[in-house]
Order: sequence, then C-alpha cells, then structure tokens
Amino acid sequence: MMSNIAEKVIAGDVRAVARLIRNIDDGVPEVREALKAIYPHTGSAYVIGITGAPGVGKSTLIDQMITHLRRRNKTVGVLAVDPTSPFSGGAILGDRIRMQRHSMDEGVFIRSMATRGQFGGLTQSTRSAIDVLDAMGKDYIIVETVGVGQDEVDIVKSAHTTVILVIPGMGDDVQAIKAGILEVGDIFVINKADREGADRTQNDLRLMIDMDKKLYAEGMWQPPILKIQAVFDKGVEELIEEIDRHGNHLVKTYGGLHFRGRKDKVRDELTDMVKNRLIEDVINRLNELNGFDAAVDSIVEGKMDPYTACDSILIPILGHFGTT
Amino acid sequence: MVAKPGLDGHDRGARIIARAYRDAGFEVVYTGLHQTPEEIVEAAIQEDVDMIGLSSLAGAHKYLFPRVLELLREKGAEDIVVCGGGIFPDEDIEMLKKEGVKEIFTPGSKLEEIVQWVDENVQPR
Repeated sequence: MMSNIAEKVIAGDVRAVARLIRNIDDGVPEVREALKAIYPHTGSAYVIGITGAPGVGKSTLIDQMITHLRRRNKTVGVLAVDPTSPFSGGAILGDRIRMQRHSMDEGVFIRSMATRGQFGGLTQSTRSAIDVLDAMGKDYIIVETVGVGQDEVDIVKSAHTTVILVIPGMGDDVQAIKAGILEVGDIFVINKADREGADRTQNDLRLMIDMDKKLYAEGMWQPPILKIQAVFDKGVEELIEEIDRHGNHLVKTYGGLHFRGRKDKVRDELTDMVKNRLIEDVINRLNELNGFDAAVDSIVEGKMDPYTACDSILIPILGHFGTT
Repeated sequence: MVAKPGLDGHDRGARIIARAYRDAGFEVVYTGLHQTPEEIVEAAIQEDVDMIGLSSLAGAHKYLFPRVLELLREKGAEDIVVCGGGIFPDEDIEMLKKEGVKEIFTPGSKLEEIVQWVDENVQPR
C-alpha cells in the first residue's frame, strides 16, 4: 500500500500527498517504506524557511511570495507550523487564512502542521514533509515557523535560505534573535516598515550581524537587511531577488544546491534520524515492559535513586549503550 | 476544519468553536471568512481533515452546504464528515440532513455537547 502511495506522490496526486503527510505526523511506522521510495525523487526543490515571532506577518509575506513565484511559473509548497497547546494537546492552525486565495491554484499546495511537542520529532516530521512536497514536484517549498525554541531553529537548518522576519519597535524581539537564531538567518526582513522605528531596528540588526566577525572572511555571505510592507506587496520582489542571490551564492560555495552532496547537512540529518528512531524505540519498549511505572514507584517509596532506576530501565533495552 | 462559506462576515461563533475543539485536544484548521465551497473542499483535501464544520448565519446554507457535499463526492472525499452550525429554520435542518450533513448545531448548543458529538461520531479516516 505504501509503495502505491509513493507512486501517487511522485505523480503529484494531492490526496496521496495529504495522506502521507498525515501519516508522517502520526508516526505511522509504514511511512518509512514510502519515504524510502520517494527519496530518489527529492533534492530538486528550493527550500525557504521563514521564521519570526507571532504577529510579524509571516503568513501574509508567504501569501505575497506565492503570487510572485507563480508569476515566474514556479510551483510552490507551503508547510505552516503552528504551536500545539501544551495544556490540551490541541492546536488552532490559522496560517491558511492569509493564503486561502491560492487554494484553488493547482500549482500551490498548503499544509498546516502542529508542533505536538514530542521528543524533538518535529524536525524529523517537517523534514520528511519537505521531502514529500519535493517529490511531488514543487519548485519552491516555504516552511513557516514561530522562531522560538531549539526545534524551530533546527527546522530552518533544512532550508537553503532562512529568512528572519521582525517588525519595528519590538526590542525584545531583537533580543530573542540575539540569543540564538541570528546565526541561522541568511536574510533579515523588517516587515511593517512604515511603522515608526524601522530605521532604528535596521541599525540594531546591522550592528548585531556585523559583530559576527566570521562574516568578513573571504567569500562569506553577508546577510542583507530589507525593509518591506508585505500587506501592500512592497519589497517582496526584492526579497525574492535576494533569495535568488543567496541561492547563487550556495551554488558557488558548495558547487550545487543539493544538500545531499554536503557532509555537514547529511551528518545533521542522519544524526537526527538515528536519535529519533532510538527514542521512539525506547519509549515503545518502556510502555511494553511496564518497567517505567515500577521504577517511579520505587523512587517514591525511597527504595531506589533515580540514577540507578535509569540504569535498570536502559540496560535491558540497550545493553551497555544505556549506561555510557 | 472550521470554515465559513459565503458572504457572512460573523465569525465569532466559528472562532469560539475552533477554540473549544483546541481545548479538547483537536488540531483545528481555520480557513477564515468568505470562502467558496470550492476553496473549502480543496483546503480540506490538502489538510487531510476528518471533519468539516461549516458555520452559517446569513441564510445561504441551502445552497452552500449541499454544494460542499457535492464537491467532496466529486473528489472522492465523501468520507470527510460535514456538520453545520448557525441559525436555520427547522425545515432546512431536515433538508440539510437529507443532503448528507451529519449534524446541525443551533443557538443554545453547549460547547461540551458539540465536542462530545465529534468524539462519539467521527472516526479518524
């Protein structure tokens, strides 16, 4: 059944693509066979990551970018990641609202995904979903995330070009960027640039980026800072030109756009995959063994310390791997 | 998926319903206002949803709801359950159910009941 779904995905069947992404999200084990089958058909899409705090205009910008890319006769896939409520496990996925005008366009596929917050599996499932859209033949894949937390930063690492979106006057927002995602930004964009403080935000960003001395080395990409007004379609074409320019830079630096040919990227991807499979496997076996509840009881009753309990859980499953 | 077909601009109810489902642990795709049946069905297929909740307060449900069902059948996606919420005359409720709308919720329906109905009547496809 799964190789069948893979064939349909490669042929561009929308329902097959939608179903495969759902199965990836749900962690259905048979998905792996389908992903193996589509893998040879991936690697030709250009992946753009758009990240920024809630309300800075990510969905609106993507909506405009879709229009510009479609004008160039390029097909577009969008993965819009929204946070899962840590309290109920539910999520409201509302990124589509701003992009719904493209829903009847056969050259556009938009999919919402919830973070679900389980063991860093988000990076893995987003990466797999990117592969699915790639295999279905989309020229560009845009991944939208709220740029908070390690998972979100990891997601943008699977993008060729990462765009960091901010708005004027959000001092704290710039602080948040300082703390971690400055390094992953290839292009910085100040949206709603008609608002007061846009120039100052641009200066602040420039200062912070310029502090990164590595950037002055020969042949390094120097992240541009653009001022746009996405809702009025001002500056969006320029952004796409900068993305093109960054793509050309990647080709010049690495000899191509294929991540598959880059050891650092392949190493990252494989490490994540092994880690996730391992965690999944251990958690599954824990549930089967019931050893976890017994260990919790032992600690509560004062019969065991958590370090010994951890050993006693892992050794039967992993042998010496669990204790070193 | 919670969707508002047609020209009706009142989405307070739809938003509250979306929120109630989220709080009950559902993942809810909200499409926003002024959607055509075509847009709703296409979005539901791309998102691979189990159920569509249509909200209507403007009186065009007799055309819009059956049209959504018709398009789902055309696309071979008739296994997506369709429900409706809003203000409807009694005779329209009969007609909509005959057309294939699984359940209709009218003013006064409790959020818990609406969530519970889905728990009991909608299976993941």
